[in-house]
Amino acid sequence: MNASVRPFWPPLAAGVALGATLFATFLVTGHGLGASGSFTGATAWLGDKIAPGAAHENGYLGPMLSGNPLAGWISWELLGVLLGALLAAITSGRFRVRVDGPTRLSGGRRLALALAGGVLSGFGARLARGCTSGLGLSGGAPLAVAAFLFLIGFFVVGVAAGYLMRRTWA
Amino acid sequence: MSFPISDDGVASGLLFGILFGYVLESAGFGSPRKLTAQFRFTDWSVFKVMFTAIIVAAAGLAAANATGVMKFDDIFIPTTYFWATLAGGALVGAGMAIGGYCPGTSAAGFASGRLDAFVFMAGMIVGTGAFAAAFDFIKPFYLAAAGPEGQTLQSLFGISDWAILAILLAAAVGGFALGGRLERAAGGALTAQSLDADAADGGSPGPSVVGLEISQRKSA
Repeated sequence: MNASVRPFWPPLAAGVALGATLFATFLVTGHGLGASGSFTGATAWLGDKIAPGAAHENGYLGPMLSGNPLAGWISWELLGVLLGALLAAITSGRFRVRVDGPTRLSGGRRLALALAGGVLSGFGARLARGCTSGLGLSGGAPLAVAAFLFLIGFFVVGVAAGYLMRRTWA
Repeated sequence: MSFPISDDGVASGLLFGILFGYVLESAGFGSPRKLTAQFRFTDWSVFKVMFTAIIVAAAGLAAANATGVMKFDDIFIPTTYFWATLAGGALVGAGMAIGGYCPGTSAAGFASGRLDAFVFMAGMIVGTGAFAAAFDFIKPFYLAAAGPEGQTLQSLFGISDWAILAILLAAAVGGFALGGRLERAAGGALTAQSLDADAADGGSPGPSVVGLEISQRKSA
């Protein structure tokens, strides 16, 4: 045990802090927090660099390329998330460079799982028009039906997939 | 001053992002092992933190609406597209059960030193690109069964927002009690110290050996 590693916040305290942050975000911006939207911007930007013709013609990414797809509020917010999490991890002694994941798997297999999960998550967030933060949390605050429908799908399939993966992740 | 201020500038994005990221990491949501343990019901932090946050923010928004400080009509409320919303949630749930994160927590994971979280983020770009590539084909499904614009639970069920809040609060109290019980049965929620100790004892190969000479670790 490393005594310099500080414990996580109790869930109730973290939840109150997150709720207060979310409420303040609404007061200032008129919308909530998010994450996946910045990856959409990054995908449009990358598509424009790799295959500009196809990206501009694309029905989904094309409209985003009329301006700079990285210039939106959500990109600055995600940069903030990275900085805030870095600050929290460093000041609590929890920062450690590593390949995390199921302890029984090799690093290569952990990365393969992370890649597969990321692909599903990226696709799913676009289909739902938001992710756990942008739709589940930020839609949940104004009690949107869409947020709770999303969270039902998220938890039901998460639990089912978690059950199938239990020998891997436990 | 009237709310929302509608400040979508750089400083506002950075400020709320920093607060968001700080809280996510402090809650333990940079750890894919802690996040996935929710789906096995051995660590209830995801439920507890998310539900508490939704209730606190919802109470604030409802109070702001009731007092006229900021009306529901003036803030963004997402619209339901039944099948796309549900299937999208399902895929994000499967992505977390398999890969260990959701989009926001992968950023918290990467910022706390996790290289697998960076790979998850790269995977999200691939997934977003796949969605865009298939967009014309998916579009009918994407737009199917649209609900009323920005529909809320109070309008769906025809009861007040305070009644919905009371129901959510009761569900949260029940969830905290049940979750606490199941966590104790499983030996307690995962702690920062135990997760760090696992990472230190060779459970996680360092960056110098990523994908090169990692020996297969036997299950503990």
